[in-house]
Amino acid sequence: MLVYEQNALSEEIENLVKKYGNDRPALLEILQDIQRKHKYISDFAQQEVARLMNIHPVEVNSVISFYSFLHSHPQGRNIVRLCRTIMCEHAGKEKVEQAIERELGISFGQTTKDNRITLEYTNCLGMCDMGPAMIVNDRVYTHLDPERAVNILNEIK
Amino acid sequence: MELVIEEKIKRTGPVIFSEYQAGEGIRKALSINRQDVLFELKASGLKGRGGAGFPTATKWMLSAAAVADKKFIVCNADEGEPGTFKDRVLLLEYPKLIFDGMVVGGYTIGAKTGIVYLRGEYEFMLEHLESCLEKMRNENLLGKNILGKEGFDFDIKIRFGSGAYVCGEETALIESLEGHRGEPRNRPPYPVNTGYLGYPTVVNNVETLAAIPHIITKGGEWFKQHGTDKSTGSKLFSVSGDCEKPGVYELPWGTKISELLELVGAANTKAVQVGGASGICLPQSQFDRVLAYEDAATGGSIMIFNEKRSMLKVLKNFMEFFVEESCGQCTPCRVGNIKLLEGVERIEKGNYTFAYINTLKELGKTMQVASKCGLGQSSPNSFISILENFKEEIFHTNGNGGYDGKAK
Repeated sequence: MLVYEQNALSEEIENLVKKYGNDRPALLEILQDIQRKHKYISDFAQQEVARLMNIHPVEVNSVISFYSFLHSHPQGRNIVRLCRTIMCEHAGKEKVEQAIERELGISFGQTTKDNRITLEYTNCLGMCDMGPAMIVNDRVYTHLDPERAVNILNEIK
Repeated sequence: MELVIEEKIKRTGPVIFSEYQAGEGIRKALSINRQDVLFELKASGLKGRGGAGFPTATKWMLSAAAVADKKFIVCNADEGEPGTFKDRVLLLEYPKLIFDGMVVGGYTIGAKTGIVYLRGEYEFMLEHLESCLEKMRNENLLGKNILGKEGFDFDIKIRFGSGAYVCGEETALIESLEGHRGEPRNRPPYPVNTGYLGYPTVVNNVETLAAIPHIITKGGEWFKQHGTDKSTGSKLFSVSGDCEKPGVYELPWGTKISELLELVGAANTKAVQVGGASGICLPQSQFDRVLAYEDAATGGSIMIFNEKRSMLKVLKNFMEFFVEESCGQCTPCRVGNIKLLEGVERIEKGNYTFAYINTLKELGKTMQVASKCGLGQSSPNSFISILENFKEEIFHTNGNGGYDGKAK
C-alpha cells in the first residue's frame, strides 16, 4: 500500500471515529462503513481502527472474523450473495447458480479477474416467498431466473 | 424500489393488520399512567412473537421496576430464521406500528433510547425507515417532551447486523450492539436487569412491538378475544414453499395446519416445517395440530414441502445452515451440529447402522439440554423430527437400508 493511500485511509478512519465515537459500541458501525466503501478491511485499516479506539488489533480482527458480511481479504468491487437456504433452493437456485458461474467463469467463493464481482453464498435473505433471491451489495433481487440473473450481473460495473 | 412496490397490496387481519392511525397508540399511552399501560398489556396476555413466547408484560414490568439512570428498548429486527419474512413486511409497510410500540415501551419502562437492530441483509430499508423516523420527529412523536408530555424524551436509532444468524438471540444481539462478537451470554442475569452496556434493556421482536399500539388503543380484552386461552391474539405466518399463494398471513392462534394449507392453496403436501429450521417437521398425519404456543409453536415460519421433495435433502440443508451459523462458543452446539450433518451425509451414502442413528438422536437430545443458547437447543429439532416422522421414506422407500446398502 502506498504512503499516500495509507494517509487517506487513516484520515477516513479518523473521520469515522469522530462521527461514531471511540467507545466500543461504535466498533461495528465503523467496520461496516469501511466494509461498505472498500469491500474489505485491510490489515492497515484494522490497526488504525484499533489505535484510534484504544483497543488491541486482535479485538478488531476477532470481530471481523465473526461476521460473515465483514471481510479481511480483498474482494471484488461488487459482492453478489446468492441465497442457498431451502426455499430458494426449491425455487430453482441451482439453475441460477450454474448460469451465473458459466457467465462469469468463476465459481462461488471466487472473484472475477477484472475484480468486478465476488460471488458468495449466504443464508436465508428473508425472501423465501419470492425466491430465488440474491443480494448485490445492498440491493435485493427476487424471482430470479437464469437469464435475468445473468442480465443483472452484466449490468453492474 | 422494486421490492417495495411489489408488496403494496392491501392487507387485512384481526389485530396487526387492522385499522390504525399513526401516533394513536402514543397519544393514548401518554394520556394514562405507566401502570395502566402495563395493566392493559398484562390483560392482553401478549407473548413474545420471536418464537420463545415469554410474556411481554412480565418483561416490561421487570425492567420498569429496575432502578438505573439509563434504560434501553431494543427492537430485534434480525430475523434470520429460514422461512421467516414477516418482519420484512412489517418494516416496509407498517413501520408506524413498530416505532409507536417502541415509544410506548420507552414511556412505560422509562427508557430514553430505542435501538432497532436491523439485519445486514435489510440494509435496503434504511432510507425508508429513516424517513419514517424523520417524519415522526417533525410531528413530535419522537424527540424531546413528546406530544407536550413534560420530561418524556425518546429517540430511535437504527443499527445494523452483519450477517450472523445467532445475533437474533437477545444476549448475542446485545453483545453485537456493544461492538463485540455476537456470542450469547449466560443467563441470568437477564437483559431486563443487565443488558446493553449493563443497563436494563428490553429486547422485543418486531411483531411484538407492532401489536402493542393496537393493545393500547383497543384494550387488552379486545386483543384477548382472538386466539386461544393460552395463546392470545393473532400471529403473522410467513408461508413459503410448494403452494399457490406464498406470503404473509395474519391468522388467530389456534388455526389448524390443514386450514392454513387450504388457505394458501397447497396441494399434495407431504410435510410442513413449523418454526423454521429450528422448528419441527410434521407429516400429513399431524396436520390437524393447531398453531399455538401450547401445541405447534412457531415464530411464524411455515415451510411447505410437496411429494416431490426429498426430506433428507431438506434436512441436509438445515444442518449445513446450523453448522455455518453456530457461533462456536459452546461445545454441544459447535461439535454437535457437525456430527449431525456428518450423520445426514452418511445416511445419503448408505454408510450407517441404526445403532449409529440412535446415537445421533441421543446426541441431539443432549444438545437440547446442554447448549448455551436457543440455537444449539433447537437445532436438533428438525434432525430428530424428520428422521422420526419420515423414516419410511429416508430409510426404506428411497434409502438404501443400511450399511453400504448391503445389509437389509
